Amino acid sequence: MSTATTRAPQRRTFTAAASNYIDERTSVSTFVKELGRKAFPDHWSFLLGEVALFSFLVILITGTFLTFFFQASMAEVEYDGSYVPLKGVEMSVAMASTLDISFDLRGGLFVRQMHHWAALLFVAAIGLHMLRIFFTGAFRKPRELNWVIGFVMFILAMGEGFTGYSLPDDLLSGNGLRIIDGMIKGIPLIGTWTSFLLFGGEFPGTAIVGRLYTLHILLLPVILLALIALHLLFVVVHKHTQYAAPGRTQQNAVGPPILPIYAAKAGGFFFLVFGVLALIASLFTINPIWNYGPYDPSPVSAGTQPDWYIGFADGALRLIPPGWEFVLFDRTWSFNILVPLVGLGLFIATVLIYPFIEAWVTGDKREHHIVDRPRNNPTRTAIGAAGVTFYAVLWAAASSDIIATHFKLTMEGVIHSLQALLFLGPIVAYIVAKRVSIALQKKDREIVLHGYESGRIVKLPGGEFIEVHQPLDEYDRWKLVSYESYEPLMIRPNARGKITVGQRLRAGMSRWFFEDRIAPVTKGELEAAHHDHH
Amino acid sequence: MAQDDHSGTELAAADSSHAETVPAVKTGTALIQSDAFENPGFPPHRPRVTDEDPKKEKRAQRTVYTLFYLSILGSIWAIAAYMLFPMEGNDVGDVRLNNLFIGLGAALALLGIGFGAVHWAKAVMTDVEIADERHKVGGNQVSREGAVKVFQDADRESGFTRRAVIRNSLIGALLVFPLPAVVLFRGLAPQDENPVELLSHTMWKAGTRLTLDPSGVPIKAADVTIGSAFHVIPEGLSELHHGRLEEKAKAAVLLMRLNPDELNELPDRASWSYDGIVAYSKICTHVGCPVALYEQHTHHLLCPCHQSQFDVANHCEVIFGPAARPLPQLPIMVDDEGYLVAQSDFTEPVGPSFWERH
Repeated sequence: MSTATTRAPQRRTFTAAASNYIDERTSVSTFVKELGRKAFPDHWSFLLGEVALFSFLVILITGTFLTFFFQASMAEVEYDGSYVPLKGVEMSVAMASTLDISFDLRGGLFVRQMHHWAALLFVAAIGLHMLRIFFTGAFRKPRELNWVIGFVMFILAMGEGFTGYSLPDDLLSGNGLRIIDGMIKGIPLIGTWTSFLLFGGEFPGTAIVGRLYTLHILLLPVILLALIALHLLFVVVHKHTQYAAPGRTQQNAVGPPILPIYAAKAGGFFFLVFGVLALIASLFTINPIWNYGPYDPSPVSAGTQPDWYIGFADGALRLIPPGWEFVLFDRTWSFNILVPLVGLGLFIATVLIYPFIEAWVTGDKREHHIVDRPRNNPTRTAIGAAGVTFYAVLWAAASSDIIATHFKLTMEGVIHSLQALLFLGPIVAYIVAKRVSIALQKKDREIVLHGYESGRIVKLPGGEFIEVHQPLDEYDRWKLVSYESYEPLMIRPNARGKITVGQRLRAGMSRWFFEDRIAPVTKGELEAAHHDHH
Repeated sequence: MAQDDHSGTELAAADSSHAETVPAVKTGTALIQSDAFENPGFPPHRPRVTDEDPKKEKRAQRTVYTLFYLSILGSIWAIAAYMLFPMEGNDVGDVRLNNLFIGLGAALALLGIGFGAVHWAKAVMTDVEIADERHKVGGNQVSREGAVKVFQDADRESGFTRRAVIRNSLIGALLVFPLPAVVLFRGLAPQDENPVELLSHTMWKAGTRLTLDPSGVPIKAADVTIGSAFHVIPEGLSELHHGRLEEKAKAAVLLMRLNPDELNELPDRASWSYDGIVAYSKICTHVGCPVALYEQHTHHLLCPCHQSQFDVANHCEVIFGPAARPLPQLPIMVDDEGYLVAQSDFTEPVGPSFWERH
């Protein structure tokens, strides 16, 4: 707010006049009053979403610059730029213009590298942001739909990444497209024609780069921008979640005001993300297409890998054992393609609907604005750990050849180990995460009941040494006791005296979730514990 | 509850006795303990060093504006680097310097603003936290009833429910009208071509010479020594002006010569090789990568994309990896001049499987 208007309304400063002019035409003062001093809860883990948002902005800025110089054409030209080793080589205009951006446009390589690094960071930040949301239960009512929106954006971000790195039409990305073509062809009924339509004829054709370009710079960004707007609108509607701390309740949102502190921090953070990306782009090469050369269906180098976020899909393809393809009813059924596609689809769908599953199991219809510490919902944390492990094994499988050569193992041994790990890893991760969560909860109880170790050793009159335990103050204690646990659901017959299958399933899931649980310390328990001491 | 919270209350003044109101909504199986601890309310405010020590505050202010000035310096540096490090020759070193110095300048410009603003917020701006009241998401009773009334009025006035024929015909029209747009997308691929037809044939014909990739030099059988492997394309492929890559994506072949004793040929393919020289499609039967890695002493071919392995000595059957079918074999022989030629096209479609393939 302009101080001039409050303190000296008789002297019309320029700021006051300008504010007045704009407000009389936009009603903007209503928004400033409404939003300017909203409290915005603060925590380092809340920055992950901001990293995603800001790296997307960097992608938009750098990408717009690149569109002025990149030409999405697959017409053949003879390269005549500054990069000597490729002079005279036949390549597409797309590849040649990407080389020109890199070698004949001052700062072009810098912007191109910043664009690519920002894209890698974008997907990584979304992934970490989603893990933060998952493990703290921030997806619970009223934020289930925002989880879905965010998840859709994660998928779109991967689509943006894939369409983007396919544009230069170099050998590596061309092989990536070849794999996509092969996967599409493996889809029953529609596969052959889908590939034919996508590539505008036979693979590779001369259309795909132009089509991916339209998706990459028009369709996907527009959808992403709309979803980002919706995502942030929901953050305003719901207000941000907060971690349990003294004074914070389900009914308030505590933090610095948007103006000035949050705006300065977040605005500054945008420049930090931008600056770090600029630093990385100036120091580290990414996607050196000049080393790969133009696309040709015949050569390929060992150790080909997609960008990191496509790895899990590539890994899924690699883990299929030989022979999963059959001719049935005179048609080819490529289960070596279908199983990874359907498997990943189910995995993705499970993550997408997880908030609704958990809500159904608990039956809890309240709004949750205080997020959980991961340990306080051991089963959810364990499920998350299992999911992360499943994803990580698929991701590692995309580097199976590099793992084998690097650690001097057999290719077959690595694949077989990863095949086993894909099933055993999540089980082990589940058990470990659950036990660790419960152990940490027990530790919390212990600290609340008996205090923390003060480090002060006292010799008792009898000669015994003990360490004095210091009781927690009420503020520290609150962080350890302010959570809720759930009881397993009891199966009860419904109004017609029947127990439905749905009821049984829900009770089973509820038992699975909440059979092992540690309740927070109550006042009575603390008193009893004190009583024991004396 | 319906109090205006827009101004926000300062934390110190916040009402910390906000009892958690008993929720009217279902709590499900949540275990609500009657004996739980109460929220102790906000802890006392802890001032920062910059709040208590004017010297430290001065220093923080100096740090902030120094960072902003450094940012200006970084911007000037980046502009100067643009001019001082041109990329005129064919020297990759120029590119590297241009990239490095423009980048470092830009990074300084951005990080200066970033660190400056964050430090300003954390160390200099008044350290205030406020507590906003949350309202249950969703309209209140009045707004909900109002919304229902709006829809009821609209329904009554339009007859959306009552005039079912009009409504249903509209829904029908809305469902059908996008279909022409979908049909238009048939134009994504040529109208007069059929993918199944195209995928079933390659450039190879009876008498087509096997030539080296990419030079196009024909290969004499005598030049193929035991243990060697050649990357092969059909004669005439390099001269194609149209569809060169499409043809190459189907016609690429690997030519290997094995000791005839080690070659275990199928009876019906005994005439497809020449003196231990065999030719196989180079396009993986999994998803189509080039199967480019040949291990001479084991006679195994490896696809670098997904690690499918094929045994050349045993008609390229799959011995490992996700591929399901052996690589198709190209029948070859030697012409009058001693050059290797194809006996015919491949006898089955090459490359990844597709639905209509059988």
